[in-house]
Amino acid sequence: MLEIKKKYVIPGDVIVEGNYKPLMNVIKKENSIISTRIGIAESSKDGIRVIPLSGIYIPRINDIVIGKIIDNSSLSWEVDINSCFSAHLAAQDIFGRDFSPARDDMKKRFAPGDLLTARIIAFDRTRDPMLSIQERDLGKILHGEFLKISSTRVPRLIGKRGSMIQTIEQATQTKILIGQNGILVVSGQNHEGMSLAFQAIKMVEDEAHTSNLTQKVKDLLNVQDESPQKGDNTTVGKEGYINNNENNSKTNDIETNNNNSEITISKGESS
Amino acid sequence: MNETILIDESGKRTDGRSIDELREIKLTIGVLKKANGSAFIEFGKNKIIVAVYGPREVHPKHMAQPDKCVLRCRYHMSPFSTDTRKNPAPSRREIEISKVIREALEPAVVLEDYPRAAIDIFVEVLQADGGSRCAGITAASVALADAGINMRDLVAACAAGKINNKIALDINDVEDKEGSADMPVAYLPNLEQITLLQLDGILNKSQFTECLEKSLQGCKMVYEIQRKALMEKYFGNDLPLDDENTEEIKEE
Repeated sequence: MLEIKKKYVIPGDVIVEGNYKPLMNVIKKENSIISTRIGIAESSKDGIRVIPLSGIYIPRINDIVIGKIIDNSSLSWEVDINSCFSAHLAAQDIFGRDFSPARDDMKKRFAPGDLLTARIIAFDRTRDPMLSIQERDLGKILHGEFLKISSTRVPRLIGKRGSMIQTIEQATQTKILIGQNGILVVSGQNHEGMSLAFQAIKMVEDEAHTSNLTQKVKDLLNVQDESPQKGDNTTVGKEGYINNNENNSKTNDIETNNNNSEITISKGESS
Repeated sequence: MNETILIDESGKRTDGRSIDELREIKLTIGVLKKANGSAFIEFGKNKIIVAVYGPREVHPKHMAQPDKCVLRCRYHMSPFSTDTRKNPAPSRREIEISKVIREALEPAVVLEDYPRAAIDIFVEVLQADGGSRCAGITAASVALADAGINMRDLVAACAAGKINNKIALDINDVEDKEGSADMPVAYLPNLEQITLLQLDGILNKSQFTECLEKSLQGCKMVYEIQRKALMEKYFGNDLPLDDENTEEIKEE
């Protein structure tokens, strides 16, 4: 199949004509593939898709999201996952098969306002998303600062094999939990690091579509690169990351170098 | 009948335009932070701000449709938008325009993609100068695209009409009041479909054909402005696409 050049598209643009399979954010009209979003059109051997640059979060099965407990019924919790659908976390998922609404106190496990990381295990157009926390590293979030970004910026914030988020985490001495729904929880020891991390995240969100963003973030965080930058790097030494940055930026799985139980989504996990 | 002179001997109209010239259009995208998508349009002297919220949960819940999204639209004129104060309560005219704007946009939006949800569009006219429904539709479709809602096409709208027995493009306030016909048209430029066609006045068959033809040309011009505005907002200072740039963006 013919390889099509990547291009910027807006709704209604004909991406290509011919017998191609529409994959994501495109529709097929007669013999042409039409974009339905603002974004970047690309082709693969499976078909044509558009990577959107704007829009709210629409749940997808297997996504890891960060949500907030809103309420509970006798059988499940209702979770706000920053989407137009509110998700449900079944009580059986936590208490096991022999859950009894009479015996088990759901409020003891999750109270309204609690934050949690969870995986979406079921969702289609007829019913609301179902969550599960039956996995290592999923569950209640105990501390950190809550932050929302656009879900279309999440892949950019993670970067190639987690490079962007690792850069930020290391330079600011913070731990950043990322949900595919655009909710972040940032935790760290000191305020300077936290506010620097917020600035960097804000920068990624505002300038996500510009090129050379990793370098801009590094400049903001005063991280020294292989190729030396202008300006002095004295502040880098103070933060103590001047040495291990070079080594760690090449490790490709975030989870392996996290030594606590918190999770970050890396390429391997999301689909 | 003694008609007001709307076109002078040299073919210029009251605001100095020629017979098939649009008013100056300025389109700014993303002007509101809280809205999912927004646009501000200056269409001649019209100043209209459009906010799009959603898809979001439907309230009241019983309005939700199990198979598709509910599109709701409110067209409203500010009390200060006209020279005599306009009562802020929704008038008969505003309710009607809300409906026709919604119906002009509905064919473009892929409503089936968002079952059980609602999309709200607010069209607020800050300054009115004739043709505000067309300007509203134009801005609303761009705001919908900005909100990242799946759309089959953008919607471009433009009016044409009859003044001094001539068919002219983009009727302004004076020409609407003094002229003899006004015909707003909304159009899906890529799919080549008309989603709004109203006519106030009397045209014969050949005049109607000419008027429709002219307004569709106007829509195509408006579409180019919409396209330029969106491209500039999203890809404005970008380098040409190469693998290095997009690789990071698409990383998931």
